Amino acid sequence: MRIDLFIKSILFLFAASAYAYGAESGGMPQLDPEFWISQIFWLTISFGFLFIFLSKFVLPMISENLENRKSQILENIEMAEKHREESEAKIKEYEKIIEDSRLKAKGIINDAKIKIKSEINLKKDALENEINSEIVLAEKEIEDLKKRSPDKIQKIAIDTSKDLLKQLIGADINQSSISAIVEDLSKKGRDKYYGV
Amino acid sequence: MAANPMYQFNVYRIGPEIKIGDVDLSFTNASLFMVVSSILIFVIFKIGSKKNSLVPNKIQLLTELSYTFVSKMISDTAGTKAKPYFSFIFSLFMFVLFCNMLGMIPYSFTVTSHIIVTFVLAAFIFVGVTIIGFIKHGFGYLKLFVPSGVPMVLLPLIVIIEIISYLSRPISLSVRLFANMMAGHTMMKVFGGFVVSLGVVGGWLPLSFSVALTGLEILVAFLQAYVFAILTCIYLNDALNLHH
Repeated sequence: MRIDLFIKSILFLFAASAYAYGAESGGMPQLDPEFWISQIFWLTISFGFLFIFLSKFVLPMISENLENRKSQILENIEMAEKHREESEAKIKEYEKIIEDSRLKAKGIINDAKIKIKSEINLKKDALENEINSEIVLAEKEIEDLKKRSPDKIQKIAIDTSKDLLKQLIGADINQSSISAIVEDLSKKGRDKYYGV
Repeated sequence: MAANPMYQFNVYRIGPEIKIGDVDLSFTNASLFMVVSSILIFVIFKIGSKKNSLVPNKIQLLTELSYTFVSKMISDTAGTKAKPYFSFIFSLFMFVLFCNMLGMIPYSFTVTSHIIVTFVLAAFIFVGVTIIGFIKHGFGYLKLFVPSGVPMVLLPLIVIIEIISYLSRPISLSVRLFANMMAGHTMMKVFGGFVVSLGVVGGWLPLSFSVALTGLEILVAFLQAYVFAILTCIYLNDALNLHH
């Protein structure tokens, strides 16, 4: 700034001296005291009123608004911080709930598995028992049948032979003699069919 | 007549002559621009502070930025004790700035290019600061002229220098602003005159100079207002916080 001023003063002196000779009223109007008092008077009035009006009506409003904004921003930041904390707590809570429910679900699944397994086992056992008993019953029946079938066959054989004989010979043959023969025959054949 | 680069600084009466006793208080072109500056500042800042919305519009932003700019300037140079003088320094800065800037409009009048105006402002600041200093510190304010850590032999010399520098404050403050404004405007007028006298052939060089000078002068107009305000803050700081 000093250098700027310096250069300017030199240029100004040059210019002023160059024009001083040609101009009729040479000097600087600033040094003419004709309107000094007027300028001081009007400066006092305009600046004085400016100062009063600004300090009374304008600056307090600007200051108030700046303060309001600052406090509003602080408040907002505070609120945002609170909201953030709240949401963090909520997230934690939520995560805990998820973890709990996951554990619970696991327990339920395990329980269900065990239950199903035991049920399956129970059913399997019951089924096996039933099957066994059926098998036993069936075996017994087979055994029964096995035991009974020779007699029946014998009886059938006797009847058939009696009928056959009646047809062939045309006479009733004694029952006991036929059965004796059939018995005799079947005893021989039995070994062959039943392996007894 | 218009070719005289000093002609632009002429003060002339607008309207009737107003005389109180022997004193001429006529409304002049200088008065007009002082009043226009004041009204312009007031209107702009009034509009800017009227709505006071949370999210500022352009003009409100302008006023708020000016406010924080001056407020920061004061607190940086003079500390928190200077808070009560904020309105004055704000008004001072804005007044000088608007007077300087309005002077940049062609055919307008630059109020601050008159030594009497800047001197009255500077003298008011000087007297005010001195009164504040004596109110705050009593006669202890005179310690301002006695820097600490100076050898006893040099002390009388230093004290004299300090007193002279203190007393020359209003002069340096006022002359700085006045000389800058006057020199800048005179130079622009001189180069403008060259453009006319050199004509179409040779006038381009001074014309480009004139354009560049206009930019420089706008910068100077702002800078001088800032310097004026910040020196006021520094003087106020001396009065409020006695460091020596």
